[in-house]
Amino acid sequence: MGHSTILLTPRNKQRVGFAILAICTVVTVLPIIALGVYILVQGLPGISWEFITRMPSDGMRAGGILPAILGTFYLTLGTALFSIPPGIAAAIYLAEYAGDTRATRLIRIAMINLAGIPSVVYGLFGLGLFVLFLQFGTSILAASLTLSIMTLPVIISTAEEALRSVPVSFRVVSISLGASKWQTVWRIVLPQALPGVITGCILGLERAAGETAPILFTGAAFFLPRLPQSPFDPTMALPYHLFVISTQVPGMPVKIQYGTVLVLLVFVLSMNLIATVIRSRARARRQW
Amino acid sequence: MTAKIVIRNLNVNYQDGTESLRNINLDIEENAITVLFGPAGGGKSTLLRTLNRLNDLGDLETQSGQVIFNGVNILEPGIDVIELRRKIGMVFSRPVPLPLSIYQNISYPLEVAGVRSKTRLDEAVEKALRQAVLWDEVYDRLSDPAHALSGGQQQRLCIARVLALQPEVILLDEPTSALDPISTAKVEELLCEISREITVIIAPHNTQQAARIGDYAAFFLQGELIEYGVGKHIFTRPKDKRTQDYIEGRFG
Amino acid sequence: MLAAKQQNLTELVITRLIQLAGYLSILFVGLICIFLLKEGLPVLFEIPLVRFLQTTWYPIEGYYGILPLLTGSLIVTLGAILIALPLGLGTAIFISEVAPNWAKEILKPLVELLAGMPSVVLGFIGILVLSPYLRRLLDLPTGLTALTGSLLLGWVAIPTIVSVAEDALNNVPPSYRQAAWALGATQWQTIWGITLPAARSGVLTAVMLAVGRVIGETMAVMMVTGNAPYIPSLLKVFISPIRTMTATIASEMGEVAKGSTHYQTLFLIGIVLFLFSLIINIIAVTISSRRLKRSERLLS
Repeated sequence: MGHSTILLTPRNKQRVGFAILAICTVVTVLPIIALGVYILVQGLPGISWEFITRMPSDGMRAGGILPAILGTFYLTLGTALFSIPPGIAAAIYLAEYAGDTRATRLIRIAMINLAGIPSVVYGLFGLGLFVLFLQFGTSILAASLTLSIMTLPVIISTAEEALRSVPVSFRVVSISLGASKWQTVWRIVLPQALPGVITGCILGLERAAGETAPILFTGAAFFLPRLPQSPFDPTMALPYHLFVISTQVPGMPVKIQYGTVLVLLVFVLSMNLIATVIRSRARARRQW
Repeated sequence: MTAKIVIRNLNVNYQDGTESLRNINLDIEENAITVLFGPAGGGKSTLLRTLNRLNDLGDLETQSGQVIFNGVNILEPGIDVIELRRKIGMVFSRPVPLPLSIYQNISYPLEVAGVRSKTRLDEAVEKALRQAVLWDEVYDRLSDPAHALSGGQQQRLCIARVLALQPEVILLDEPTSALDPISTAKVEELLCEISREITVIIAPHNTQQAARIGDYAAFFLQGELIEYGVGKHIFTRPKDKRTQDYIEGRFG
Repeated sequence: MLAAKQQNLTELVITRLIQLAGYLSILFVGLICIFLLKEGLPVLFEIPLVRFLQTTWYPIEGYYGILPLLTGSLIVTLGAILIALPLGLGTAIFISEVAPNWAKEILKPLVELLAGMPSVVLGFIGILVLSPYLRRLLDLPTGLTALTGSLLLGWVAIPTIVSVAEDALNNVPPSYRQAAWALGATQWQTIWGITLPAARSGVLTAVMLAVGRVIGETMAVMMVTGNAPYIPSLLKVFISPIRTMTATIASEMGEVAKGSTHYQTLFLIGIVLFLFSLIINIIAVTISSRRLKRSERLLS
């Protein structure tokens, strides 16, 4: 029995251990907070009404970033259009119609794979299929379609989970009253699952709005003299704009760079906030 | 004695082997209350779920025999089960109000069946709620959510919901097991009332309830129909020793 | 009667559409495969495979050696996992086993915030903040190195590990922990002796998913690892600039002629990335399903 054994009691080991864990957590979390504050401090000076509503000038070094904001808005809209209806339909299939067959397992494996494909590979795919093969050219259409396929797994899995959380008893009762499966889904299950479905869609779109690689060769452009006039035009977009002004434009004023970051983050985080609010309000008003 | 439903050589097996039915032969009397009683696992629920083809939703392994209703064997594959379920309704042991208003719960089966006229729906909702002895308690708050009602009220709502379709048969699986004695009495009373025009088949959750309301009684033990007859006779002078043992509480 | 028939028809159409939608995932994975192969495979017939396995990547002069890009990806991934695994696991254990409830409410959203950051923003911070800092700290000629990439990506991969590992830890039945406490073990001993081993497969899955995320990362890594498609020397392996496969595709695709050898080679790299993610996902799925079956056997 020496000094060392007294120090190495299980209690003390635990104190040290917990301290290490706490340090890990702090190292992870503190930079997040620091980053947020830093971006806010550096970016706010750049934000103004002109910044959001004017076109850029002087080779992007001055003026506003309206076309990039609008472009991201269009792309998000396009992604929503092409990914939400098929995504929800696929989720309904998996939650309500699919049996436990080999085909269903194959679908789930395909979904997991789709979710894991690197975003730049989606860009290649979009280039090959939409830009070249279908000849849509570098366009909002091609970029939106590419982003939609990338967003599909997120929407399907969150929507399926939302549908499954609706109690089975509702379905049984509905069927016993003479409703068909589709009537049950349309009138009871889907409306009850809607908040969860919407939350999932918003989170998926939030990711799509921030992505750069899939739109690099399918629709994004850096310098466009006018706003896009049709879905077949290319467009500027916030993430791509940020990328170029931080790597390829010399003499870029810092506050415009940080201002752009701030706008992009506000876009993305406000979607997150809306999704969270919907989710918690729905939980409070649940009827089961 | 007119038989509303004629069951011949019915065999039902689930994939997990529980609660099966073996060679059931039974005639259900029209416009009367038939009670199916017996210890747990006897197959009463299985029989009820067979009668409105609700078994299709579960893990059925085999199903053979005949269930003749309105001249047709409803176990045949080509039957319109949706129409069947409108004629043979079911009430479950736990009240399950749909996540809608009181009014919408009752109108749901009608809307699903294609009824659109608001006047027809209003009339049907009121009639069903009166039949279920619930109208006086809810007439002024029909648009309130259904799950705000008490347990007994919810179960009467579920009964009203089934009555809205004006079915020919109602199946009830332990409908009062979650209710207090006062609500139970109200439900038993309304069942006696509606059995004058509708065939009622009920699996009560205790033998006393069976004896109270059963015009006809069928004793089920481990998937077999042991004895069937007029309620009074079964509960006072049962023919089979097993029936007698169960009624006297020798096993449960 | 007619209304019923019409209703049946619409219902049939809707049901068919839903079934079709269900198979969309398979359709798209297939399409991606097909188009990657369509644009990338032909180059293997023009240029012998050996040329791709060389160590010089200089397409302008016909050098298509992919090895430097491969090693670039692997180095950054290795470094990132070395950082993300201990930090991520530590944070996950802290949040799920040690932190009080009020702290959990703050920590979890914060970690999720990091998970939702667009990678271009992280790359931006990497260039403007992390890279100059590292250059000064380690007295390097440039701050755009594999180390910068590993640090950044490691930090980015932490939320993936935290969420999956935390899930796995939460799924360990409370009875395991309670049994250990009843025998007099401290919480620390319980975590390392009982809870963590029980969550082993979940943690492995978390690592695999993190590897997948890091290998597939494009923008952040492109912005901070320098632009050097060379295999660094062993001594300076982390403080040299490198280039990953993803960064190569992203930076060079805009400048190639459609259909040229360079273009096709970039697609070939895309096929390699696709295969990587396929293999990683299959491993992750196998781990989680195999563990599930075994624990079901144990409980029965």
